[in-house]
Amino acid sequence: MKRLKTVGQPVIKKDAMALVTGQPVYTDDIAPKDCLVVKVLRSSHANAIVKSVLKEHAIKVPGIEAVYTWEDVPKERFTMAGQTYPEPSPYDRYILDRHVRYVGDPVAIVAGVDENCVDKALALLKTEYEVLPALLDFRKAKDNELLVHPEEDWKALCTVGADNKRNLCASGREEDGQVEAELSDCDVVVEGSYHVKAAQQAMMETFCTFCCIDTYGRLNVVSSTQIVFHVRRILSNALGIPKSKIRVTKPRIGGGFGAKQSVVSEVFPAFVTWMTKKPSKMIFTRAESQTASSPRHEMEVSVKVGADHDGTIRVIDVYTLSNTGAYGEHGPTTVGLSGHKSIPLYGFLKAYRFAYDVVYTNVMSAGAYRGYGATQGIFAVELAVNELAEKLSIDPVSLRLKNMVRQGQAMPAYYGEINTSCALDRCIKRAKEMIGWDEKYPCKDIGNGKVRSVGVAMAMQGSGISGVDVGSATIKLNEDGIYTLSIAAADMGTGCDTILAQMAAECMDCSLDNIIVSGADTDTSPYDSGSYASSTTYVTGGAVEKACGKLMEQIQERACQILSCDREDLEFDGHKAGNIKNGKTVTLEEIGTSSMCGNTVALQATESHSSPVSPPPFMTGMAEIELDKETGHVEIIDYVAVVDCGTVINPNLARVQTEGGIVQGIGMTLYENIQYTKDGTLLNNSLMQYKIPTRLDMGKIHVEFESSYEPSGPFGAKSIGEIVINTPAPAIAHAIANATGIWFKELPITSEKIAMGIVKQ
Amino acid sequence: MQISITLNGKKLTEDIPPELLLIDWVRRHGCYSVKRGCETSNCGLCTVFMDDRPVLSCSVLAARADGTRIETLEGLQEEAEEFGTFIASQGAEQCGFCNPGMIMNTIALFRENPWPTEEEIKEYLAGNLCRCSGYEGQLRGVLAFLEKRRGGGGL
Repeated sequence: MKRLKTVGQPVIKKDAMALVTGQPVYTDDIAPKDCLVVKVLRSSHANAIVKSVLKEHAIKVPGIEAVYTWEDVPKERFTMAGQTYPEPSPYDRYILDRHVRYVGDPVAIVAGVDENCVDKALALLKTEYEVLPALLDFRKAKDNELLVHPEEDWKALCTVGADNKRNLCASGREEDGQVEAELSDCDVVVEGSYHVKAAQQAMMETFCTFCCIDTYGRLNVVSSTQIVFHVRRILSNALGIPKSKIRVTKPRIGGGFGAKQSVVSEVFPAFVTWMTKKPSKMIFTRAESQTASSPRHEMEVSVKVGADHDGTIRVIDVYTLSNTGAYGEHGPTTVGLSGHKSIPLYGFLKAYRFAYDVVYTNVMSAGAYRGYGATQGIFAVELAVNELAEKLSIDPVSLRLKNMVRQGQAMPAYYGEINTSCALDRCIKRAKEMIGWDEKYPCKDIGNGKVRSVGVAMAMQGSGISGVDVGSATIKLNEDGIYTLSIAAADMGTGCDTILAQMAAECMDCSLDNIIVSGADTDTSPYDSGSYASSTTYVTGGAVEKACGKLMEQIQERACQILSCDREDLEFDGHKAGNIKNGKTVTLEEIGTSSMCGNTVALQATESHSSPVSPPPFMTGMAEIELDKETGHVEIIDYVAVVDCGTVINPNLARVQTEGGIVQGIGMTLYENIQYTKDGTLLNNSLMQYKIPTRLDMGKIHVEFESSYEPSGPFGAKSIGEIVINTPAPAIAHAIANATGIWFKELPITSEKIAMGIVKQ
Repeated sequence: MQISITLNGKKLTEDIPPELLLIDWVRRHGCYSVKRGCETSNCGLCTVFMDDRPVLSCSVLAARADGTRIETLEGLQEEAEEFGTFIASQGAEQCGFCNPGMIMNTIALFRENPWPTEEEIKEYLAGNLCRCSGYEGQLRGVLAFLEKRRGGGGL
C-alpha cells in the first residue's frame, strides 16, 4: 500500500487560529446589527388549549414589529427532525399550535427592534388557557385515554408502528431463534430494567439563527445547524413556501452533539422574516436551550441475558420503552439503536429478541444526542453482562473475550451485516493492560471508608445510515494550483473540514495548505444529508475520494492535451505533469490557468456517495474510581479507552473526540439530572442546576487506538464521533457495583443515591 | 447615564441604559470574542479583564465598569495567538466557542502564577466549561506552552 502523507497526521485544524484568537465567526457575531429580535412566549402548562391570546397591549409597545399566534401560522403539520425524506419522525407540529403539549411549548412569536421592547411585549401578552390533565409518566402513556396528539391531521410518513390514538410514536418487534426456549434452558439468566434520562447536549453555543431576504426576494437563513439541506426542506414544509425560495448556510458552529440535527430555533425567525421581509434573529437563552430543545430520549431498557455455567452467552432479550415527549422528533429511529447497537456486541447468540414502544408524553420533546439510543441500550446490556459475570464468578473481561463479536462474523441483530473490520478483542486486551485490571479487579479497600474499584464496558456504533445517508463533494482546480473543496457536511468543532481536506490532499498528492474548504450552503454546496449518525468521515469522506479521483483524471487528460502525449506516457506527481518520452513538463498552475482559456471541460468534479453498509467502530472503556462509603462521592481516578475506528485520519482530533465523549458520558453517569415538578416543569433549566463536568470532575483519561482496516471506508476509516459516549455509564456503574455491591440501574448515579443505597443495605 | 471605559486601550465615553450588562456593552463595541454561554455565571465564556483582573462580564453592569480598563481577547491578540497555537496543536479548540474565555483566564493565571502546577491549572480554570474537548487536550496545551517557556521545546 502507498505510504500516506497527510492522512494519519495530527495536523492543526484549518479554522483553529481563527477560533483561538476569538474571531467573529459564529451566528450571533455576524448577524446584521439592525436585525429584529425574535422571542417566543412559552406555555406554562404541560397540556392545555390556548383559548385566547390578547395581543393589543403587546403590539402597541414602541418598537414591536409583529406578534403572531396560532391563528397566523400555516395549518400544515411537519417535523423538526433533520432526517432524510420521507422522515421516520411523524408530522406532528405546527409552528404555533393551539394545543400546547409541554411546559415551554411556544404560544406566540414576538418580534421587535430590540430585546427590551420584546421582553416588555411578552410580559403584556394575556393568554387564557383551558388546562387539561397532563400525561407525565412515560410508563403509563401507551394506550392511556389521555392523548398527547388527538388531532386528525397528525401523520406518519413511514411504517414505524406509530398510532397517535394510542400515544405511540413508534412500535416494533423482531426475533431471531427461540428466545423463550433458550432463556428457560440457560443455567443463569440476569434480568434488569435500566433507566436513562433525557440528558441535554449542553453545547456551549445555544440554538441561534438569523434570517434576511436576499436580492432575489428569497429567504436567507444563517443558522448554527448540522443539517443545512434538511433545514431548507423543513422550513419549506413549515412555512408552506417552495424550497427554491430558501437558502440555508451555516457559519462556525459552537458545538452540536446532535442537538442541532433538529430545527429548534430556525422556524421562528424564518417565519418573521418571511412575513415582514425584514432581517431577524433568534438567540436561545440557556434556559430555553435546557427546557425547549431536543435532548436525549429518556429510555427504560429491560434486558434478559442468558448464559451457561461455562460463560457462553446464548440469548439476549431487550425491550425498550422510549419517551419521545410532546413531539416525535427522532423517536422512531433512536429506539432502534438501543437494540441494534447493543445486542450485536455478542457474536455467539443462539437467539435474540428486540421489541420497543416509543410513547408520547407531556414533557419536552426529545431529539438526537450523540449515541442516539445506542448509549441507552449499551448501558443496559453491558451492565447486565457485568452482573452476569458476577453471578457466574467469571472475570468480566474473560467473559467478553469468550463471547464478543469477531471480525468476519454475521451480525443478525445489526441488519444482518457482516463484521468486516473489528479489533474489539485487541481493544479490550490493551485496555486491560493499561488500567492494570488483574491487580485492581474488583476492588481494594484503601481505608478511611474509601474503596477503589474498576469497571468495564464495550461499545459499538455505526458509520452513517446505510442506504440512506448521502455525502457529496465538489473539488475544482484553480489557476494557482490550489483546490477548492465544497461540502455540505457541517464542521461543528469535530474538525471535519480539516479531515476531509486531509483526504483530498492525500488523493491529489498535494499539501493540506493547497486545499480550501467551503460550505455548507444549500445554494452552492453539493447535496449532503448533513453531519450526524457518525457519517461524515465515512460517507462524505467516500465522496471526497471519488471526486478527487475524477478530477485527477480530468487534470491528467488536460495535461496530455497540453503536452500532446498519450496517457500512458504521462507522469503526474501532484505538482507537475511530464511526458516521459520527450521530457516536456507542465505545472499544475499552468494546467489550471489553461483551463480558463479556450477550454470546454471544467477541471471540477462532483461525486456523491452512499453506503449499503454501516461498519461499526468498536471500543472498550474501563474506569477506576474511588468511592467514599460515607458520602457516596465517586471520584474518577482513571478512564482508559481503546478505540477501533478503522484508520485514524487525524490522531489529535480522534483523541480529543474520544476524551470529549467520555467526559460527556461521565457527566450523564454521575451528575446530569433531569427533574420535573409534579405539574411538568423542568427544574434543571440552567448550568447551575444541570451540572456538566468541570475539569475537576473527570480524572485522568487515557486514549489509545487499535485500528482495524475497513475495506469500504475512505483509507480504511470508520467513524468516531458517537461511539465514545457509550462506555462511561456501564463501566462506572460496574465500578460502583464492585465498590458497594449495589447495581444502580438509573442514571445519574448521584452521591445521594449511593449513600442512601449503602444505608439501606 | 454616562460612563467612561478604556476598552482595549481606547477611551470611550457614552450614555448607556443603567441595566446594560458589560458583556452586551463590549459586544456592541465589536468585541465578539466575548461569548454568552449561560445566564448564571457558570460557564466562564464571557471572561474579560477589568483593571487586569478576570471578571465574568455577564455578571457586571456596564455602569460598574465606569472608570476602569477593560480588556478582551481582541486587545490581547499576540498573547492569544502565542498561547492558542498550543491549544490548536492538540486539536483541543474543537468548536472554539469556549476558547476566548478559557484563554483569557489562562493568561490571567500566567500573570498571577507564571509556573502553575497541574492541580493549580485545573483549579484556576475550573470555572471555564467546555463541552467538546473533555479538558485533557486543553491541559496538554497549557503544559506544552509552559514546557516551551522553560526552554524545553514543546511545539
